[in-house]
Amino acid sequence: MTAIRDTLLEEMRRDERVFLIGEDIKINVWAVTRHIVDEFPDRVIHAPLSESGFCGVGVGAALAGLRPVVEVMYLDFVLLAADSLGNQAAKYRYMCGGGKFKVPAVFRIAGGGSTRGAGCHHGQALEATLMHYPGLKIVYPSTPADAKGLLTSAIREDNPIIFHEHKLLYRMEGMVPDGDYTIPIGKADIKRHGSDVTIVSYAWPLHKALSAAAKLAQGGIEAEVIDLRSLRPLDMECILKSVEKTHRLITVEEGTKMGGVGAEIAANVAEYGLQYLEAPVKRLAAAEWIIPSSTYGDQLGLPQEEDIVAAAKELVAF
Amino acid sequence: MRTPSTGQMNPSTTSVAEPLLLRFYRDMLRTRYLDDKINELVTQGVGIMQHSTRGQEATPVAACAALEPGDYMFPYHRGWAWAIGKGMDPKLVLAELMGKKTGYCKGKGGVHLADWNLRVMGRPGVQGAHVPIATGIALAVKMRKEKDVVICFFGEGGSNEGNVHEAMNMASVWKVPLIFVVENNGYAVYTTTKEAISVEDIAQRGQAYNIPGVIVDGNDPEAVHGAVKEAAGRARAGGGPTIVEAKTYRIFGHMTADTFYAGGYRSKQEVEEWQKKDPINRAKEKLLREKLADETQLAQIDKAAREEIAAAEHFAKESPFPAKEELLCQDIYVD
Repeated sequence: MTAIRDTLLEEMRRDERVFLIGEDIKINVWAVTRHIVDEFPDRVIHAPLSESGFCGVGVGAALAGLRPVVEVMYLDFVLLAADSLGNQAAKYRYMCGGGKFKVPAVFRIAGGGSTRGAGCHHGQALEATLMHYPGLKIVYPSTPADAKGLLTSAIREDNPIIFHEHKLLYRMEGMVPDGDYTIPIGKADIKRHGSDVTIVSYAWPLHKALSAAAKLAQGGIEAEVIDLRSLRPLDMECILKSVEKTHRLITVEEGTKMGGVGAEIAANVAEYGLQYLEAPVKRLAAAEWIIPSSTYGDQLGLPQEEDIVAAAKELVAF
Repeated sequence: MRTPSTGQMNPSTTSVAEPLLLRFYRDMLRTRYLDDKINELVTQGVGIMQHSTRGQEATPVAACAALEPGDYMFPYHRGWAWAIGKGMDPKLVLAELMGKKTGYCKGKGGVHLADWNLRVMGRPGVQGAHVPIATGIALAVKMRKEKDVVICFFGEGGSNEGNVHEAMNMASVWKVPLIFVVENNGYAVYTTTKEAISVEDIAQRGQAYNIPGVIVDGNDPEAVHGAVKEAAGRARAGGGPTIVEAKTYRIFGHMTADTFYAGGYRSKQEVEEWQKKDPINRAKEKLLREKLADETQLAQIDKAAREEIAAAEHFAKESPFPAKEELLCQDIYVD
């Protein structure tokens, strides 16, 4: 969260057009934007509980030449703003014939990680839902450094962009480069090199994949772990290059399986990389479930580290 | 304050000294002929999502005339009076509606017309979606301490959309320079106001958001102009938003397939009653009665309007379509 806050501050200092709008962001339930208002009292605005409305306001402010960073408190609530994002932000430029019409707005959304009994309306991983709209860009960092790099790029990006944040990663610690640091949007990152199986993931499950890879290495299986970083555009070039080397692919996500991110990746590999595969593609995702509201239940349907290990062994033995 | 570059002259403001009512008459007539032309094109098989302006020419023409060139305008689906009123060129409007690359949106937007120089800010196809967007523009204007005003049009049916209520609340809390102009024509496609709206007047809805509402005769352009001018002055002075509700009526159906009295949702008698209150005829009668113009002038205006629309049709029909790659690949993103 500090990486995100520091990036917001740096960009707000750098560009006076950047401002923040969202529910309770002066203090902020995620503590990310907390205290930014102290330095920029006029550029941190509390939105009323009106997701559709204030995302629309973000579109308008961006059209007018400002650079809003809109916060949606929970990814689950984004469905209220489906029109503002999928129909308006995504399509405004094209609909108006391009030119001076553009929507340089960032929509920061906290998602995934239903814990402490938060249940089915506070913990969904709905990022696949938003992938279906040409006109939007989507990024999802998995580390503090990537959060800084991607957020900086997102704020400087002239197109509407969704910046997903995983709630359980807010507390994650890591090295963050000083100064001006950007990561290109649309480029995945190989977080661990290997040659026996490719595991593609992002956000919280990525770290389960890395733990699984460490376990697999003990058994002699070297996994290549790719961090997507960007959902739209999707870096299929990186994935295909990896599968060409390893011949085996596992995707891991927290959202439900049908129509998920893994589905898109698997289809792409079947279409453009069938010749590389020596085993079927394995998609690990949440069960086709509705998240129960209990600490007992809310992890049961999710892919865990042992599932990833088992899947890799299965593919290697195929 | 950023002023738009004068990409095109607004034909309706060529004469500064003429009476306002004459300007309204000219623009309402041009709107009428443009609308007739579009109806004609639709029957010829051109695919245009036409929602005829007939009978409702006055409000948008007069409202836009009360604005400054740098003010932002969000239109809605009903007709073309806002296009003419804000200074759009019928040539480029028709070209856009026919999907030609010479149109305002390079043939990509069609009825979702937009022009940055004229501050015509695009027209979402989802009812009410533009209202929070208009609020966002107004918020930006206020944050930058500019003096522009934002106006957005919608119908009484559209005022039921959640987005409109969210936008009104925000516009009021933030006291942004926004004018909501609601054209109440009594029908949302086939649904009457009584069936769908919980209040008698949309202006009343402002009370829920601490926004003043005024009701005007939507077929009297001078009344509309006065109300919008006052609302704009209020907004520019930091007084926040206003709702201007214009009571009016659409003579033709909601869309082209809705011919006159389809299914009997309204009566022939009702339509004929309102035809007697046609804003163009009323304006003409007043101009002549008060000697603000004579028959010769009015005939000249009529002729010029017809010729303008005929030339526009010719231009649009002669214009090329965009190439496939332009349509499929360009302007989705800023590169």
